[in-house]
Amino acid sequence: MDGTSAGLTLGRGFADPVLGAQRCFRNILAALSEPGTVHVLDEDIAAPAPLSSGAAQTLLTLSDYETPIWLGAGAEAAAGYLRFHSGAPVVADVGAARFAVLRGEAGEPPLDAFDPGDERYPDKSATVIVQCAALEGGEGLTLAGPGIKGQRRVAPAGVHDGFWDEVAANHDRYPLGVDLILVAGRSIMGLPRSTLVTRTERRR
Amino acid sequence: MQKSVGPPKRDEAYNFAYLDEQTKRMVRRALLKAVAVPGYQVPFGSREMPLARGWGTGGIQVTASVIGPDDTLKVIDQGADDTTNAVSIRRFFARVAGVATTEATGEASIIQTRHRIPEAPLRAGQILVYQVPQPEPLRKLEPKEAETRKMHAWGDYGLMHVRLYEDIARFGRVATTYSYPVLVNGRYVMSPSPIPKFDNPKLGMCAALQLFGAGREKRIYAIPPWTEVKSLDFDDHPFEVQTWDEPCALCGAADSYLDEVITDDKGSRMFVCSDSHYCEERRAAGHVGRLLGSETGQKLTGGAKE
Amino acid sequence: MYVAVKGGEAAILATHDLVAETRRGDPAVPEIGTEQIREQLGLAVARVMNEGSLADSDLAALALKQAQGDAIEAAFLMRAYRTTLPRLGSSLPVDTSAMTVRRRVSATYKDLPGGQILGPTYDYTHRLFEFDLAGGEGRAPANVTPAEQPLDPRMPRVPDLLGDEGLMEPETPPNGDPKPFDLTRDPVEFPAERDVRLQALARGDEGFLLGLAYSVQRGFGGNHPFAGEIRLGEVAVEIVPEELGFAVDVGDLTLTECQMVNQFKGSKDVAPQFTRGYGLAFGHAERKAMAMSIVDRALKGRELGEAATYPAQQDEFVLYHSDNVEAAGFVEHLKLPHYVDFQGELELLRRLRKELEARIRREQDEASRPTANAKAGD
Repeated sequence: MDGTSAGLTLGRGFADPVLGAQRCFRNILAALSEPGTVHVLDEDIAAPAPLSSGAAQTLLTLSDYETPIWLGAGAEAAAGYLRFHSGAPVVADVGAARFAVLRGEAGEPPLDAFDPGDERYPDKSATVIVQCAALEGGEGLTLAGPGIKGQRRVAPAGVHDGFWDEVAANHDRYPLGVDLILVAGRSIMGLPRSTLVTRTERRR
Repeated sequence: MQKSVGPPKRDEAYNFAYLDEQTKRMVRRALLKAVAVPGYQVPFGSREMPLARGWGTGGIQVTASVIGPDDTLKVIDQGADDTTNAVSIRRFFARVAGVATTEATGEASIIQTRHRIPEAPLRAGQILVYQVPQPEPLRKLEPKEAETRKMHAWGDYGLMHVRLYEDIARFGRVATTYSYPVLVNGRYVMSPSPIPKFDNPKLGMCAALQLFGAGREKRIYAIPPWTEVKSLDFDDHPFEVQTWDEPCALCGAADSYLDEVITDDKGSRMFVCSDSHYCEERRAAGHVGRLLGSETGQKLTGGAKE
Repeated sequence: MYVAVKGGEAAILATHDLVAETRRGDPAVPEIGTEQIREQLGLAVARVMNEGSLADSDLAALALKQAQGDAIEAAFLMRAYRTTLPRLGSSLPVDTSAMTVRRRVSATYKDLPGGQILGPTYDYTHRLFEFDLAGGEGRAPANVTPAEQPLDPRMPRVPDLLGDEGLMEPETPPNGDPKPFDLTRDPVEFPAERDVRLQALARGDEGFLLGLAYSVQRGFGGNHPFAGEIRLGEVAVEIVPEELGFAVDVGDLTLTECQMVNQFKGSKDVAPQFTRGYGLAFGHAERKAMAMSIVDRALKGRELGEAATYPAQQDEFVLYHSDNVEAAGFVEHLKLPHYVDFQGELELLRRLRKELEARIRREQDEASRPTANAKAGD
């Protein structure tokens, strides 16, 4: 039950796969239902780089043999970890990925490189996990849209210049577009495509 | 008088909440996409369930994919906790998930419903799961899925507006009383399931998360909290809800949806709250309706409950 | 007085007891065993296996017993159980040309390699009651004499013979031979491909498919089918365990296969040829396999450039409505309370009638005013 206890083994999954995934899913569901709110996942899983604890738990909860994952180069250990725990294939083709893990760094594939779904089936889009430095202390953003009463202010830190323009462009394609889960450590924040993200300082 | 039942022992012969983990993951992924595109119907690999199609298998799969041992579940059908299918579904989850159940709307973390939204406002953190027989609001206008999917893709809802306007031309009003279509987040026309249009105003800007499961039709959709939901109408014929000439005969509520109960074969009838818990709470707080003391009133409030 | 159906757990549990009592019937009559059902009601067992999508005759017999012989309820039990079973692997495609044939008839050739084998069929029984069956015990066992010649081990399938001559449309797996779609795991999209259609037909309601096939024959469909071949018998099922890497025989399945031969006039790009409708069913289920093959061919119209004018040619219509477990659930859900929606309709109807009456009265009043003088004398 208590995943934060000492004695972590490198590369283990949920202590209780059934209930661990259930609790994690509820946090993800809450995060995407109320964009901008921060949810702390229960367990502290040490997965191989580049997977943070939050990204690992999210993927253990949602991925399986039906969901190709894109991790980028140099993630062989993480790929092995995911194959072992979730059975998910790790793919090199950005457009084929149902899930992707970014670090929010320049030089990574832009958000519009991932599958945005199609007009008849916008649900076929990818979900992109963005591992930030922190979910606060960064550039001030104002969020609006479903799940937000009025507006919500957030300030995730550590993403590259231009990232929020990509996020805004992603929203402009609504109902197409990818959905984002920002992760720092084991904290997560949802930014679905339905959320309008504006830079608080520059625009207002 | 209010029944809350602590966690019973789970039937270990089945996986937690009955569904296998792969199925739960598939449903969970569909739920997240549904939340990300409010009102859009996500196809999902609906499983065959030990309950009949049309009897809540969509809602059950959604609840089973969301529920955990710490949840408290309320199940209602027609607004009432003691209707047979609500009892049956509550028993199912008590058995396969070992969760606590309740009739108190405020105490529930998950409420599975058929045909009603509780009268008491829902709070943040609650999840309302709807059982949906026909998720496609355009189905009665266009039987082919290939066509209706295109209409949603293009946001082409002209057919629906024409249908509603024909009602107005003919009857002077929109003659739809339940499953009244809504526009969600300004983009998708959605069926709210066969709730009475009386409940439509509760769909929008709701603090709770609303999830919709159609098992036979294999669709999931959602309304996140604080989402704009508009019942379709016209400037000169604004949307309006049902009203009754009399309050609830048991608790005197004048703001609730009422069921009609025929009390004899001479045309006598009484109107009582469809939300059984709401009515009970009001009576417990001392509200007395016109016929609470009558034989039928006693039967409805005491005799039928055990 | 009628009070809306309300019932606690006790009432629901009581229905279970009542079902058990009704199912048992008169306790003076011996209880039927599932082995008896399996052995003596084999055609009912086959139907339940087909529509329940699970080849297990013991479970199908139990389902029939539990459901008091209700085939749809029994199929429902099979499906609800099937959905909880883990997937251990997929078999190799079964080879029906290597079937141990018990029955094989072709309507297209008087004789053909392997011959015509009538086998166990009701076709030429006169439908006259065998009243001694009602007597139960004491009947002499059926007296079947084995044929003097063993059957030809090689029984090529009729469409293959036509194919050798180039007269039958070739049927090859799609590019890359992908894993077939599984509609019990993934939602169907339309238009549906053939693998999806065949799976849906294989588990579809026999009665519904029979009606559709009949509609095609009568005129609601342009096909004129010939029963190229119907065969019944046992085929070996093989799987390739990952750790072994070679095929292992895991047992036999009784199957009925029907291949319908249909005319096709050809199109701009395709020479005239015969086309195929395919039916396959667990156990001895000829009517099901034949109906399936006719509807399969009708649904191929899209690929062949034929107009989809009739119900049997429309994949969405056929696939959505052939599943009897789904259909039964939705039709029967009307038993559930609907008094909330009904109250909405009542309220609307009363209001509309009131408004109409008011309007008529108003119009009458208006109409009577100018003519009031003329009528004064009445």
